[in-house]
This record gives sequence, C-alpha cells and structure tokens, in this order.
Amino acid sequence: MSGAHHSHDAAHHDAAHADHGSAKSYLVGFALSVLLTLASFGVVMSGMVPHELMMPGIVLFGVAQLVVQLVCFLHMGTSPSQRSNLAIMLFTLLILAIVVVGSLWVLHNMNVNMMHPTSQMVPVE
Amino acid sequence: MSSPAVSASHGALDDVLHGGGVDGHHHDGHHDDGSKTLLGFWIYLMSDCLIFSGLFATFAVLANATAGGPTGKELFELPYVLGETMLLLVSSVTFGMAMLNMHAGQKGKVLAWLAVTFVFGAGFIGMEVYEFAKLIHEGAGPDRSAFLSSYFTLVGTHGLHVTCGLIWLVVMMDMIRRYGLNDATRRRLSCLSLFWHFLDIVWICVFTFVYLRGAI
Repeated sequence: MSGAHHSHDAAHHDAAHADHGSAKSYLVGFALSVLLTLASFGVVMSGMVPHELMMPGIVLFGVAQLVVQLVCFLHMGTSPSQRSNLAIMLFTLLILAIVVVGSLWVLHNMNVNMMHPTSQMVPVE
Repeated sequence: MSSPAVSASHGALDDVLHGGGVDGHHHDGHHDDGSKTLLGFWIYLMSDCLIFSGLFATFAVLANATAGGPTGKELFELPYVLGETMLLLVSSVTFGMAMLNMHAGQKGKVLAWLAVTFVFGAGFIGMEVYEFAKLIHEGAGPDRSAFLSSYFTLVGTHGLHVTCGLIWLVVMMDMIRRYGLNDATRRRLSCLSLFWHFLDIVWICVFTFVYLRGAI
C-alpha cells in the first residue's frame, strides 16, 4: 500500500516536472525556433527557392515551429495533466480551420462567380 | 509546492474532467495549487485564438484588395521583420528562464529574467510602432485599402496583446518584489508565462502568413 502510494506520488512528481520543462527543453526549443525562423525567411529572401515552392516551404517551416514551441515552451504533451489542455487546443484548431478555410472558400467562390468588372480582388498592375 | 497538494488537486481536476463532477465537489477549494486557474486561463487563450483566427481569415480574404495602393511586396521589409521576430523569440526563452528560477525559488533571478524579458518585449513593440508610423507616413495607413485595414487590425491586435503582456509583466515584477514567490504570485506568473508564449506562437502565424506570404 505504502509502496503503491509512493509510486503514485513519484508519477505525479514526474508529471509536474514535465509541466515545468527544463533549461534543456527551453534551449532546444530556442535553437530549433531560430533555425526554423531563418529557414522560413531564407525560403523567401534567398532567391534560391523556386517560386512555386515558396508557399509550401514557409507553411511547412511555420507549422514545424508552432509544434516546437508548443512542446518546448508550453510543454504540451499527452501526460495526464496536459491532456485536457491538449483536447481544448485540438478543438480550438478545428474551429479555427473551419473559420479560416471556410472564409477563404466561400469568398473565393463568390469572387469567381460575381465576375465584377471593377473587382478589387484583381490585382491592379 | 508539495507533492500531496499536487496529487490531490490533480484528483479534483480529473473528477471534474471525467464526469465525476458531483462526487468531486468535496475536493474543491481545499488544495488549490493553481492547476484549475491555469486550465481556465488556457481556455481564455484558446478563445483569444479564435479572435485571431477571425482576423487572419479577414486578412487572407482581403490580402489582394489593395485598391490600387501599395502591395505587401512593396511595403514589407523582411530583414526588419526578422529582427522583430528574433526579439520576441528571445523574450520567450528569457521568460522560460524566469519560470525555471520560479520553480527553483530564486526570487532575485526571477526578477532579473523578467526584466530582461521586458526589455526584449519592449524592443519588439518599439520596432512595431516605428514600422506602423513609417507606413502611415508613407501614405500606407489603415485608411488606404482593405488590405491595409486588415493588416493594421491583425498586427495591431497582436501588438496590443504584447503591450498588455508588458504591463502585466511590470505588475508581476512589483508583486514579486513586495510579496515574494508565494502561491498567488506563482500562479499569476504561470498564467503570464502561458500568455507570453502564446503571443510568440501567434507571431509565427503573423510573419508566415502576413509578411512572408505578402512578399512572395
């Protein structure tokens, strides 16, 4: 009984420690974030990346950095104490995707179908 | 923070989350280590996230609606934005160092790291205000086109959040100086830590989808 209780406490202690993060997790997160930021800007600024690969490139590096910061700085994970935070965040991402993708989809279709001669959506050269 | 308090509170949280709400009532209010406050604050941050999703969607829809005015490609200076990004990123890490020292109970080091965080955060806001002033001076203010209206609203809302974070940071430094690292100041500093890291995460989306996409 006391052994079981002890291991229970130890598990919670580990979980609490994981919540706090460590100097290592912050420094690893910082190093990765700097690299991914430079990669993102490099894709657009260097002029070495083909134009059609720029957008996929910055989205890829951006999403990678989001994940890095969520894990290393916000200590997101699947530990019991973090599971509720993670569930709330995943639900938020669903709503976010519906709002952003839905807006773009609906308004793109509207712009295409309206064929307005003075539409501001057509870039003026 | 003692282990029994942590496990008792996690028990209460588990009860609330896993449908044991009524039975879990007798746990409430006895051993509050702030985990419920942090969960509540996280829910606030996620609703804040939805505000930003609305602003990002608006910007994405209006990104080409320049009304014959300047485009993002003509206006945005990427090296400058890279500088802003680095300032905010460094401030995120220095806040992490403050949190590590908070858990170690090092009051003086917490205050020092928070001061460093403030300097970098203020540097970011300073650069952003200068950037806005320059755009408005060039005639590319929020009244020029729908693209610029949505740009100023989105980036300005983020800047306003960071400004609020800076004010909160000063308040927390004063509280810690007066009252030390007690349960209340630890809990509040943990909330501010979530807020600050969250703002850095929103900024990743800003520089990717506003500045870099605009410059392509």
